[in-house]
Amino acid sequence: MILALSHFSAALLFSIFASIVFGITQRSTSREQVRYGLYCFAMFVGGVFLAGWLMWILRR
Amino acid sequence: MANSTTSKKEPAASEGKPTPPPVTMISVVAPAVGWLIPGAGHLIQKRWIRGLLLMGSIVTMFVLGILLQGHIYQPNGGDILDILGFVGDVGAGGLYIVAQVMDWGQGAISHATADYGTKYLIVAGLLNFISVADAYHIAIGKKP
Repeated sequence: MILALSHFSAALLFSIFASIVFGITQRSTSREQVRYGLYCFAMFVGGVFLAGWLMWILRR
Repeated sequence: MANSTTSKKEPAASEGKPTPPPVTMISVVAPAVGWLIPGAGHLIQKRWIRGLLLMGSIVTMFVLGILLQGHIYQPNGGDILDILGFVGDVGAGGLYIVAQVMDWGQGAISHATADYGTKYLIVAGLLNFISVADAYHIAIGKKP
């Protein structure tokens, strides 16, 4: 079985899994873990959009 | 008076040297099991939700990496990037061993986004290293 993802969906899945692990391992309490996980996810996705727009600007 | 002088000196002497964490059975077993089976280091310490989430994330990431036709690095002493790729891959522990035994991750790449697969595999291993360190911190009581 072979899976073919788009660049965006691959980056999105990567962000979800990495954020879960970062949240659990980098903070102590459950509340902090959820908050940090969401923060990491937002930064990942924000970075994807930022990099996308930067590449669009560079291409023009 | 003599007692009070002695009691004042004791903490001052121990202030400079932080005491190393005690070596217990669980502080050795938890990281080892956690490396072999992602998330299991937390599960054996009864951190059920954390363990299952870590296991789900790392295993799913590794499986997606294989399905995306990512490359599994072999032990090598060549290019520095290949060595680092191997170090990342081997972090996945049992998953890496299974992939090697089944000869996964060695096929020809047939589409452009397959490089994501290679990155997924490396990052799954690196995330497992973080998970192992976290299991150790829980075992020595540094983290609740």
